[in-house]
Amino acid sequence: MKHIISLLMENEAGALSRVAGLFSARGYNIESLTVAATEDPTLSRMTIVTTGSDDVIEQIIKQLNKLIDVVKVLDLNDGKHIERELMLVKVKASGVYKDEMKRMCDIFRGRIIDVADNSYTIELTGSCSKLDAFIEAIDKTAILETVRTGASGIGRGDRILKV
Amino acid sequence: MFRVHQFYCEIQGFMDSKAHPPADTNTKSITGADIVIRCLNEEKVKFVFGYPGGAVLHIYDAIYKQKGFKHILVRHEQAAVHAADAFSRATGEVGVALVTSGPGATNAVTGIATAYMDSIPLVVISGQVPVPAIGMDAFQEVDMVGVTRPCVKHNFLVKDVKDIASTIKKAFYIAKTGRPGPVVVDIPKDITAHVADFIYPKTVEMRSYSPVLKGHSGQIKKAVKLLLEAKRPMIYTGGGLVLGDGAAELIKLARALNYPVTNTLMGLGGYPATDKQYVGMLGMHGTYEANMSMQNCDVLLAVGARFDDRVIGNPKHFGSVKRTIIHIDVDPSSISKRVKVDVPIVGHVQSVLAEMNEILAQEKTKNDISDWWTQINEWRKVHGGRYEQSSVVIKPQYVIEKLWEVTKGDAYITSDVGQHQMWAAQYYKFDKPRRWINSGGLGTMGVGLPYAMGCQFADKNAQVACVTGEGSIQMNIQELSTCAQYGLPIKVILLNNRYLGMVRQWQEFFYEDRYSESYMDSLPDFVKLAESYGHVGMQITQPGDVEGALKEAFAKKDKFVFMDFITEQKENVFPMVENGKGLSEMELPKTKGGKA
Repeated sequence: MKHIISLLMENEAGALSRVAGLFSARGYNIESLTVAATEDPTLSRMTIVTTGSDDVIEQIIKQLNKLIDVVKVLDLNDGKHIERELMLVKVKASGVYKDEMKRMCDIFRGRIIDVADNSYTIELTGSCSKLDAFIEAIDKTAILETVRTGASGIGRGDRILKV
Repeated sequence: MFRVHQFYCEIQGFMDSKAHPPADTNTKSITGADIVIRCLNEEKVKFVFGYPGGAVLHIYDAIYKQKGFKHILVRHEQAAVHAADAFSRATGEVGVALVTSGPGATNAVTGIATAYMDSIPLVVISGQVPVPAIGMDAFQEVDMVGVTRPCVKHNFLVKDVKDIASTIKKAFYIAKTGRPGPVVVDIPKDITAHVADFIYPKTVEMRSYSPVLKGHSGQIKKAVKLLLEAKRPMIYTGGGLVLGDGAAELIKLARALNYPVTNTLMGLGGYPATDKQYVGMLGMHGTYEANMSMQNCDVLLAVGARFDDRVIGNPKHFGSVKRTIIHIDVDPSSISKRVKVDVPIVGHVQSVLAEMNEILAQEKTKNDISDWWTQINEWRKVHGGRYEQSSVVIKPQYVIEKLWEVTKGDAYITSDVGQHQMWAAQYYKFDKPRRWINSGGLGTMGVGLPYAMGCQFADKNAQVACVTGEGSIQMNIQELSTCAQYGLPIKVILLNNRYLGMVRQWQEFFYEDRYSESYMDSLPDFVKLAESYGHVGMQITQPGDVEGALKEAFAKKDKFVFMDFITEQKENVFPMVENGKGLSEMELPKTKGGKA
């Protein structure tokens, strides 16, 4: 099952590679991983999307906690949470595609942020599955390039991950 | 030789001195190299095992001028880390090694990984090229922090002289607390030349690291209740019990309950092997009774053990019998990793066991498990460690039995990796913790001799024997020179069968006797080799000479003696749980390839 794991770690050189190395050394999956400093510049917040059985996820959480640089770990799937990912898609926008792409973009509540003679660049935000759905919905041959940030997650309401 | 002996006396004098010589008290504007030395003095380090090189020259210059610790010059960096590792295993203190950048650092990696797999607290200081040269493919540059990341508990690259003291303080703290492990501190050469004031922090505060010590009281109560209700109980302890100094509490608990105890390879000595409640080592080459009891018990108390693949065999087969498992471990990630646990107790083994003993002391009712003991005693008769004795060729098991007798079971026994390791584990009866020093996790051939060095430095008066094979000993044979330099009176017990025995055994069992590259040709004359370093060399070929030779060797209290025992070539280690088989599916000598 897919899990979104959120963690706070010391914002130090090499901290990211400790997490990435742990996943590869122990054979855990990473679907996406995002990291950036928080409002406290000594801390980084990382969101990892991974898949595995309950036993595997339990081990992943324990192994992450064991890393000396990791301050706190939270499996967002343990409670209600929000997940957002940003995707930029460059699509063909000539001839038949011109209106089609504009319409699909509106339906998915995206924004066209760059217009060129033959292409649009669409910005789309949402859950991973919504972004997948957009890719499914448009004509594959129209896609020139995609770039996704990977998911960021946060707990709903009072669920807060803080030191 | 006189000079060597004098040197050893000097070391002995050093080891005897309780108080450290008055340390340099100047704390203002000292070099990074001096700060490193002062940190090690603050940590009361007695020995630093190392090898100099370009990137650590400033540190070695500072060592030349200090008297706080003794530097031991090895012949290869791998041996430095192994010796520091064994010093730690024998004493419980943090072992310290010092190596230069690049090849010095990479040579240390096997030692670091070995310590990591067995959770041994080490601080390894490695030199690094100067900060401006990092990433420039400089001479003797290697990304030590990157290279060692998967095999350390933590590592640091120090990029400011002001951070040296706090980093080394953290390194020692991290290495020895929680589940112990090696910590690497990589220090660029220019940083050791820069100056700063020396301030050694008194305590360490890390928001990201706070190991659990005390176990959960509710869980502990529950565990005791389960133990008292057991019909077929079993106590299974590992290296964690030894490292956590929990042996005394475990003995108290086991005796109060009168329950059977088994130790893992790493846990030998955690419970006295000569005690009647001890059923021997378990696992791939465990005793029949230990493996059968482990498989068939209804309540299992696991203490500082991790249900390793060499210990429980096939986890599916192990799980096919229903039993309740209580698991005490300081590392939460060891719990429910390979086997699902019913009552997890995260905490320091010693404190958890003490708490269990307190609860047990108030318990009036005794749990009678005489039927279970009757069953176990039946299992004891099945194999019972029997091997076929010979009057013409030396049996390796016989050498270990005699070694145990001659040393009165009180030696530090180090081993390398292979058949000899298993025979040492099976036939030397360890009654005390921290006496059996081997590479259980990583299985590193070549550890034996440097391990013996570490033990001899840990306890200068102790009998130290390195049980080895002709394959393993040659992987760090250069340390014969270090042993000569420091006059270490180690006894090498070489079980020489001219084969990489364990490889050969597997080839016999699983590859139809195709002995691919497992025969050792062109061996040196070990007697002459030992003598060339000024050691005593002995070759023993007759079973009748084994005991006398061992007595003669151990009577040479100030001599390093290399004993080359020419043994049975194709002896196999039994019992054996084949890879992927269940614990109770053991091969015994009669059924396959055996000679009994």
